[in-house]
Parts: sequence; C-alpha cells; structure tokens
Amino acid sequence: MIHSLFLINSSGDIFLEKHWKSVVSRSVCDYFFEAQERATEAENVPPVIPTPHHYLLNVYRHKIFFVAVIQTEVPPLFVIEFLHRVVDTFQDYFGVCSEVVIKDNVVVVYEVLEEMLDNGFPLATESNILKELIKPPTILRTVVNTITGSTNVGDQLPTGQLSVVPWRRTGVKYTNNEAYFDVIEEIDAIIDKSGSTITAEIQGVIDACVKLTGMPDLTLSFMNPRLLDDVSFHPCVRFKRWESERILSFIPPDGNFRLLSYHVSAQNLVAIPVYVKHNISFRDSSSLGRFEITVGPKQTMGKTVEGVMVTSQMPKGVLNMSLTPSQGMHTFDPVTKLLSWDVGKINPQKLPNLKGTMSLQAGTSKPDENPTINLQFKIQQLAISGLKVNRLDMYGEKYKPFKGIKYMTKAGKFQVRT
Amino acid sequence: MTDSKYFTTTKKGEIFELKAELNSDKKEKKKEAVKKVIASMTVGKDVSALFPDVVNCMQTDNLELKKLVYLYLMNYAKSQPDMAIMAVNTFVKDCEDPNPLIRALAVRTMGCIRVDKITEYLCEPLRKCLKDEDPYVRKTAAVCVAKLHDINAQLVEDQGFLDTLKDLISDSNPMVVANAVAALSEIAESHPSSNLLDLNPQSINKLLTALNECTEWGQIFILDCLANYMPKDDREAQSICERVTPRLSHANSAVVLSAVKVLMKFMEMLSKDLDYYGTLLKKLAPPLVTLLSAEPELQYVALRNINLIVQKRPEILKHEMKVFFVKYNDPIYVKLEKLDIMIRLASQANIAQVLAELKEYATEVDVDFVRKAVRAIGRCAIKVEQSAERCVSTLLDLIQTKVNYVVQEAIVVIKDIFRKYPNKYESVIATLCENLDSLDEPEARAAMIWIVGEYAERIDNADELLESFLEGFHDESTQVQLQLLTAIVKLFLKKPTETQELVQQVLSLATQDSDNPDLRDRGYIYWRLLSTDPVAAKEVVLAEKPLISEETDLIEPTLLDELICYIGTLASVYHKPPSAFVEGSRGIVHKSLPPRTGSSESAESPDAAPSGAPPSEQPAVIPTQGDLLGDLLNLDLGPPVSGPPVATSSVQMGAVDLLGGGLDSLLRSDVGGSPAMGGTGFTAPSAVMPANLGPPPSGGLGDLFDLAGGVGTLSGSHVAPKTVWLPAMKAKGLEISGTFSRQVGAISMDLLLTNKALQVMSDFAIQFNRNSFGLAPAAPLQIHAPLAPNQTVEISLPLNTVGSVMKMDPLNNLQVAVKNNIDVFYFSTLYPLHILFVEDGKMERQMFLATWKDIPNENEAQFQIKDCPLSADAVSSKLQGSNIFTVAKRNVEGQDMLYQSLKLTNGIWVLAELRIQPGSPSFTLSLKCRAPEVSHYVYQAYETILKN
Repeated sequence: MIHSLFLINSSGDIFLEKHWKSVVSRSVCDYFFEAQERATEAENVPPVIPTPHHYLLNVYRHKIFFVAVIQTEVPPLFVIEFLHRVVDTFQDYFGVCSEVVIKDNVVVVYEVLEEMLDNGFPLATESNILKELIKPPTILRTVVNTITGSTNVGDQLPTGQLSVVPWRRTGVKYTNNEAYFDVIEEIDAIIDKSGSTITAEIQGVIDACVKLTGMPDLTLSFMNPRLLDDVSFHPCVRFKRWESERILSFIPPDGNFRLLSYHVSAQNLVAIPVYVKHNISFRDSSSLGRFEITVGPKQTMGKTVEGVMVTSQMPKGVLNMSLTPSQGMHTFDPVTKLLSWDVGKINPQKLPNLKGTMSLQAGTSKPDENPTINLQFKIQQLAISGLKVNRLDMYGEKYKPFKGIKYMTKAGKFQVRT
Repeated sequence: MTDSKYFTTTKKGEIFELKAELNSDKKEKKKEAVKKVIASMTVGKDVSALFPDVVNCMQTDNLELKKLVYLYLMNYAKSQPDMAIMAVNTFVKDCEDPNPLIRALAVRTMGCIRVDKITEYLCEPLRKCLKDEDPYVRKTAAVCVAKLHDINAQLVEDQGFLDTLKDLISDSNPMVVANAVAALSEIAESHPSSNLLDLNPQSINKLLTALNECTEWGQIFILDCLANYMPKDDREAQSICERVTPRLSHANSAVVLSAVKVLMKFMEMLSKDLDYYGTLLKKLAPPLVTLLSAEPELQYVALRNINLIVQKRPEILKHEMKVFFVKYNDPIYVKLEKLDIMIRLASQANIAQVLAELKEYATEVDVDFVRKAVRAIGRCAIKVEQSAERCVSTLLDLIQTKVNYVVQEAIVVIKDIFRKYPNKYESVIATLCENLDSLDEPEARAAMIWIVGEYAERIDNADELLESFLEGFHDESTQVQLQLLTAIVKLFLKKPTETQELVQQVLSLATQDSDNPDLRDRGYIYWRLLSTDPVAAKEVVLAEKPLISEETDLIEPTLLDELICYIGTLASVYHKPPSAFVEGSRGIVHKSLPPRTGSSESAESPDAAPSGAPPSEQPAVIPTQGDLLGDLLNLDLGPPVSGPPVATSSVQMGAVDLLGGGLDSLLRSDVGGSPAMGGTGFTAPSAVMPANLGPPPSGGLGDLFDLAGGVGTLSGSHVAPKTVWLPAMKAKGLEISGTFSRQVGAISMDLLLTNKALQVMSDFAIQFNRNSFGLAPAAPLQIHAPLAPNQTVEISLPLNTVGSVMKMDPLNNLQVAVKNNIDVFYFSTLYPLHILFVEDGKMERQMFLATWKDIPNENEAQFQIKDCPLSADAVSSKLQGSNIFTVAKRNVEGQDMLYQSLKLTNGIWVLAELRIQPGSPSFTLSLKCRAPEVSHYVYQAYETILKN
C-alpha cells in the first residue's frame, strides 16, 4: 500500500514528508527530479515513475507535486485518487492548498495525514469524519486553545466512522434548515477551422450544500432523467432506486458534497452556445501578419453569455501583436507568446471583436503550426443538456427546509482550431 | 499565529533548547515543544537525539499530546530500540482503555513501531483487540496483523493471527471485512502459495454483501479480491457480475476500474449468445468514457488500461472514437496514449475522421507528438486497406510542408506502406526523391535508400542517388550502411551494365574498410553470391518479400489475457506481467482468464472445444473479395501458368531456404522424398522429385517396404467428398466444387467446374496465393474445350509443394484465384492436412523413442476422438492408408496404445500416441511435434480419416 508521501514545490524543495510504514529516504525523489527535468513542463511529468526499488506516483496540484511512494503492486488509480483526496482535504481545512499554508499548519497537516492512512490503508478520508478527529484551525479556536490549554484533537470516536451512513454524523442541528443544489455543466468541445463541431461532450455535476437537522432522507427527481445514462454517484445515493425508478434517493452528508457527476457523450447532439470567427494569416517572407477574431452567440436559449475569455498560444515566430479590441482587455506576452483577451459579456447587437497585426520574425518562413483558440464562458440559469430537476422531497424529519436549485453552463476544454 | 513559528531557531542550538522545553513542568510548553520536534521531523531534520525526552511526555491524558508523541515514536523507534521498550507499558495499558479510540490508537501505533522486541509484547493486546466488541478497534487490529506480518511473519503464523484474520472476513461489520480482506491480500502477496484467500461461494457471498456497505477504499480491496476468484460455472459468474455492475457508477475511479477488471474477467465465462453478455458489453462503455474526463493522471492510467481492453474486446468502445481525440493542452503522456488507442479503434467506418484528426495533429508544436501522429497515419494505411490511398495522399501533403522531422517520419512510414501494398503507390517516389537532401536521421535515410534500391528500375537516376550517399559512407550509422549495401546490390542486379563500378566500390567499402562485422559479413555474402552464381544472387536478393502484417504492436494474446487479470494495477500501466518487474514478488502466481464453460453442453459453442470439424469452419475462412484483392492482384494470371521452375537445383533451393527461412519456422522439403530414406530419419535435402510427373518411380518400393512391415495398406489417402468452394452466385455463374486427394505420393486437387451462366466460358487459369506448406499447381489448368452453359467438367489438378511459403491462419487455409474469360474469382478453402503426409513417414522405434523424449512436454497436445467404434488393428490399417504409420503397439492395463508417426511434406515429424479403450468409442490422441501449431490440424485429419 502507500508507503510514503513527499510534498515538493515547483523549485524542487521537499517541504514535507510523511511515512506510513518504514522510513524511505528522500533520495528516492531524485528519480522524480530526473523525470521532472526531462518533462520540461510541470504538467507533463509522467504520473507513474519507476525506480529500482519503488514506484513514484504523483499528481501536480496548486503548484505542488504530491509524490506517493509505493513498493508493492498497488492499483495506481487508488493512489492517485487518494492523493486527490489529500489535496481536497487540505483545501477543505485551510481554505487554500499552498506551500505557505501547509507550512503554517504543518502539525495539523501531519495529524490529518496520520488519520487518513494506517499502514498505507485508507482510514478516514471523509472530511466530515476527519474534522471530528482533528478540528480545523480557526483563529478563535487557536486563541481559545492557548488560553484554556484544550486541544484540537477530538477524543471521541467519530460517530459516522462505522455507521451504515459513514458520510453523515449524528446529532446535526441547524436553526435554518436549507438544501441547495447547483447543476453545473461544462462543455468540452473541439471546433474545426470551418466552425463545425468535431467532438463535443458535456461533463455535468450536481453539487449540493445541505444543512439539515437530524437524519433527513431526500429524494430528487428529474423532468428528463433519460439524459443521465452515464453517471457516477456519491456513495450516499441508493443505486437500486435509481435503476428502477430513475429517482435519486439519499441521506445527504452534512455540508458541501458532490451528489452526482454525469457525462453526456459525444454521440448525443450537444448545443454549442458560442462561435468564433477568425482570420489569422501569416504570409511567407512578410514580417506582418493579420489577426482578427470575433466572438458571437449561437445556441444560447435566449440567455446571456458572460465571463468570456479568449486565450491562444501563438507560434514562436510571432514577435509582438498590436491589436484593438472592441470591448474588454487584452494582453500578449512576447516571452510565452500567450495572447489573452478578457471579453466579458457578449452583446448580440455588437459582437466583440479583436483585430490588428502581428509582427513576425523577419526572414523566416511562415510558422508550421496554427494557433488554437481556447475559450471560456459562463451562462447562468441554463443547463445546456436540458437537464431539469423536477422536485425535491424530504422524509424522516418534520420541519420544512429551504430548497433551491441553480443551473449554470461553463466552457470546459473548449477549443477552436484555426 | 501559525505553525511556522516551530521552525524558527535561536542561536543556542535548537536541540538544546527543545530538550529544556520538553522537560518543562508546564503541560502547554511541553506540547509546544513536541510540536516543534514534529515540525522538524516533517522536513527531514534529524531530531532523534530527543528520544528519551519525548517518550517521557507519553504518559498524559491529553490526546493530542499522546498522538504527537506516537507520531514521533513511529518515526524514530527503529533507531533507538532499547529506549522504545520504555513505551511498551503505556501501550499495553492503553489497549485496555474504556475509550475505543484510545484502544485503537494504541494497537495501531504499536504495529508501526518496527522493533522486534516490541512485537513480542504486542501479541496479547493484538489478540484481544481482534476480538474487541467495538468494530472500530477490530478493523484497526486487522490492519495491525498485516503490519506485524511485515516485521515478523513467523510470529504471526505461530500465534494463529492468520486464522483470526480469516474469521474476520465473516464479520458483521462491512468495514472490518474490507480491512481483513486488505490485510490478507497484502500478506498473500508475499506468500503466493499460502492460499490465504481461499474463496468459496459462501465467502464470496459475504464479500458481495460487504461490498455494498463499506467505504470506497474497502470496495477496491474487495473487488480486487473477487477478481482472483474462479466461479464454478457461467451462472455463478453472471450472478457475481450482476452484483458488481452498480460499482461502475461509483465516483471513485479506482472502484470503477477494479469493477471493470472483475467484469472483464468473468465475462470470459459467459456465452456470447447470452442476452446478458450483450447488456454487460453496453454497460462497460460509459464508465470507461467517463474516466477520460477526470484529471490527467487518472486519464493516463485509464488510457493504459483501455488500451488493453480495446485489444481484448474492441466491440466495447468501437463507437467512442471521438472521446480519444486529442486536446491541444492535454499533457503529452495523455496525448500519446490517446493516439495509440485511436489507431486501434480505426476502422473503415471512422477512418476519414481519424485521418482528418491525425493531419491536424501533425501541425502541432510538440515534436514527439507530431512524429507519432505521422507514424499513426502510416499505421492506419496498413490497418485499414481502404484508407491506404487517402493516407498516402495525406502523407504527401505533409511532405509538402517541408517541416524536416515530418518529412522524415513520413518517408519511414511510406516505406512500410510499400511493403504492405507493393506496386500500388510507387508513383509517389518522385516526390520522395525531392526530399533526399533534407534527411538527416538514420532511420529516414535508411528508409529512403531502401525505397531507391527496391524500385531502382523505375528511378532513372537511382545510381546517382545512391552514389551520393556513398560519399560519406563511413560517417553513416550502421543501419544506413547496411541498407546502402543491399540497395546497391539490388541496383546492380537490375541494371548490371551501368553500375558495375558502384557495386565494386560499395563491396570494397563494406568488406575492406569497415570494421563492423555485420556489414563485413553481409558484404562478403553478396560478393560470393555475385561472383559464383548471379542467377542465385538474383533469387536471393530480389526475392519476393512477405507482406508486413497488419499490426505489429499488438500484445501477444496469452500476455494480453494475463494482463486483463491485472487491470487497474501497475502491471496494466506497464503492460508487463507483475513477475517481470515487481520487486519482492517471490514467485508470483500467473493469473489467467477463466475458460469459457457454459453450463449447457460445451459442444454447442463452437470455440468451447476444438471439435469443430473442418466443414463447419469453412465458411469462416472465406475472406471477402476485398481482403484477397491486395494479396492476389500481383499474381500473374496469364493462361500459361508460370509455376515455379520444376527442376530447380537442390543447391539453389537450399540457398533460398536458408535466407528465406526467417519468415517461417516451417522448414521446407520436397514431395515424396526418396523412399530409401523411409524410416531412417529426418529429411535430407536431396533429389527433388517433381510431383507433377506422377508418382515417383520408386513409390511402389515404399509400399513394399510397408507391406513387409506386416500391415495392410490401402491404395491412397482418404478423399473427402467434393464440396462447393465457389458458389455460382459469387462467380458470375461459375461453380467450383472440389476436394483434395493424395495417391501414391502425388497430391491433386480434384475439381468440378460447372458453367451455370448463359454464355460459354473459356481461357481458364488457376493460381494459388502463398500458403503455409507451399502448395502450388504443378501444371496449368487443362481445360481444352470451352465450357458451354450447363456443362460440367471434371479435372484433376496435380499439386506440388515447392511454391512460396507464407504462414496462414488457419494453417491449412488456401487462397485460390481462378480466371476465365469473364473475370477473376477468388475463394479460399481448407485442405485436409493428410494430403501432406508423405509415404516415408514411418519412424524407427529407437528413433521414435528418442524423439518423443526429446520434444519438450509443452509441445504435447491432447485431443479426444469420439464415437469411433473401431478396433486397434482396424484403426491402424485405416490410418496407414493415409500415411500415418504405426510404429509400435502395446497393451497397457487393458488399453491398446498405438504409437504412430507421420511426416509432412516440409519435413516436420509428428509423433502420436493413440489410446484405445476396448468397448469405448472414444480415443485419446496425444500429439508431439516440434512445430506444435500443426497438432490441431493433424488431429482434424485423424478425425476425418477415422470417421470415413
């Protein structure tokens, strides 16, 4: 199972190590550094690195490498999922996950890591349970602890640890009982030069924030559950009920959690809410190139597209760009060759446009590769797949909760080839 | 205030200061000091000197302080074993604490202190905790057994902890079950033979129940454990699958992949006709696709596994091509994996899309990726024949971009395309030659030189081109040098008059000026060949090359099956069995997929038992016209069939064999070798007996020999009734039915041609594609008069076995082209192997014994021949008619054992042991042969002969 964990920052310092079995010398990380050097970019470091006696599995999050060391045959996904859970837990505990924060809370981090694994076997990874075992630091608690000498380690066995609903603690009380659900859909798409869709799919999630007293039993039904044929559930969802009635029935965890994620595959028709018109031309043996892009709404179901951001990695031969946007701000970094244009809202009457010239390295032939345009946008109050929640009911408790559903569509990996 | 204060140091020396604080009376100060110690430890500083002081803080009611001290202990106990003993008492006491949290903490920490002396004290508390009333303590104790086993395996066994652990699999609490399974799996990994996880239907049922209720991590352990179980029949397999499928919708990708493993493995046992099989296939696709929308690291592992899954069961993801399209900001390791899977999924249906994508990728920035994309285009051309033309034109477009590395990769793959589709795309050579100067990588240069040499007769200035390479001969890499040598020799053989000087130059460069032994040897071989026998040189150097196979990078099936059992593990990421790389895997047990059983009669599913008689398989091997087209297009179908030269000198034959031998393990010999050799031993390449001249003159002598052996002989091999090979519908009215026969040493193909069309047919000709045993027509197809409508002609076509050899699948597949005045028609048929059994196939007893022993046991194959109510003698004489000779007969415990030998036309000996139980109609046939791939076909021949 998982032997050790090293946290390494982007400049190559190991700033935390934790061993769950015998101590593994940190020199094992040299193999990681070698791989890192070869990869040139942090994102390209291979996730599995073999060494003569160990395997290093790593994830790169928040500019930190989380490197797990294993010695025997362990499912790599198990390790990677666990590392993700570590990142999530840190974020949950400290608000952000960064080198500074981890160093500032090194003892809590260490205690938490110790609770998460025992001999490399996962012990408590639900943040509900962890928070009962090790209380997250708050300013108030630190002050109180210093005065009273009490600790931030719980001395009771967490109630959820062994129940059939391990994700929920007992004795939850709220004065305001509320349950909010966010249906968030991301469109991943590749659009070709001529504007036709090569592939498009939707990754959707339903994130919930449930603050309800006692042991509520919720059911959530959809107007069109047919859309959900490829789903992954939080363990709280009763799978049989979904199979037979297409209704989500569950006892929710307390607080924030991801109830469900789903995938609407490339085989269904996915509506594309924006289009990009582009005219980027390099000419041989000319030091000037032309550049123009226009962004416009396509299938938006009458909603406004906002938060639009266009980024593009320009070819190496582009020395500089002089562009004028009809709205928003744009920057071009001549070192990284990254063009970004913060467009903001799309007004269908006056389409945003960015136009100008590129100065190219003189005397070289035109670049081999065409820049790809990366698009970000948001549409409020719309789930582009058409998914709609029908109703939410609560059983098992007598009070009336506040309920709310929000929809949002975002661009995921949305790329336009030129 | 944050923990970073713990890192600040004073000038006096950190350790000194901490020591003072640790010994302070104030609880708060102590705790702060321990925190400082821990903080130093986390960044790898050595604070082991503080050991006694920290351990002194252990006796406390403050749980946080206790935990902190424990953390310290676990890290440093090993370096201070004597001091660690001091802590034992506290542990033992804590194991009795009323608070389960403290009990669990104590047993958990104790297991982590890897000091031998402590483990002795650990046994009693651990035993108690394993039976604790609180499941939280039990589950912690279960893991502790695994820890202890790691430190002292013998102790764990002696104390009987393993049995207690096994009992925990039936615990009422699912978390305890999951941890017990995890602990046992870990222990089992270092004890492969211990049979710790002895699974039976009852324990499986318990695991399946626990599966629904335990945490995600527990589910992974249980699923991985389930995957090792071998269900007793397909019903059990199906019911397990049904209960595992819901896990495919789990949010944790490791759970999903472990579930996929169980399903992929057990699916093997389900009959393909089952409705459930289809349902399961459909259910597998969405979760695999979903894995690809996860973080890149998860995607990578998922893709490596999907790569295995699409090789094993391509049908699962065949419609999901688009999810593998590459996004430009995917990490490189994801891009490369996606590309690989795209090619595996490429088919005629989606090739246009795939090519458009690949062309797009070829203009990306990342050089490695671009190179692989260009190679992928070449692989598509080879894999999907219909796309070859489009691929070639895409490659030409890419060459026009003049991007150096793109051009070089393109040339390398075009060479492969030439090998696959000879004489089709040579028109592009001119374009390739334009780029000659820009090639600077050895592989590309070698590829280009190969092309120039191979097609020298079509390139006007081939000699100039090659000469230009020759100038810097010594600076080239070996690969290029070897290729250049061969190419110039080819050129010389094609245009001898103009290039004599060039060839001498290269030969002297290779043999005199080079110190590379390979180069020198190849140079000498060419030199000798050219000087002694230019005709032979031509035969050798310009011999027709076998076509390259479709996919060279497929994982070999047995390895693939093993890897399927390891889905989700490191083995699946590396595509190697764990035995090949996991450290400390002492003699790992090889896993294998369960055999397909089917509770209904196994005979019903064709691939259940190798009992499929040849006729029933026949339709399966008839390829579509398109498949054959490429192979047969270049066959010369002119009326005077130019068969291979009948009387080739044996020396020359030998030479061809020597050099062409690499393409097949099957050694070639000739038909009906001299009877004097009968029974004396292995084949010798002596006189070639042209088979089409009828039976060899001394054939009768061979028969006499056999008669002397005392066993009666029939006049010829068994001949199967004629079957329709080419239905009239498919051949514009020409119906061909036929069979094969062997009469005293001569093989013939007996054909019945019927004209069912309304017009007269004439100008018949026949040609065979290369096949496993080199079968070829020994004479042209002699149909003198035109075939009138509704007329039938019977003809016997003599065959020989000196044609060119290419291994076919199935081995006895023969692809035939027949031409008449209307069109060319293609069909394929399976010939019974016994037509290849030669007359001198009787081995001497001594020789038989020695050979039988000499052939390794893994080459032995066993078959059952059912419903054959014959006596041993009848069997013996019947088989002898088809040249299967009984060497000896014995009677063992009431059973008749016949030891038999036979020899194939290419000199392969097959030894057989036939066990006949008097009164029972089933025989057991054991075959031993140095080329075990023929065994199955020999068995088929036995069956055919004995049942007719």
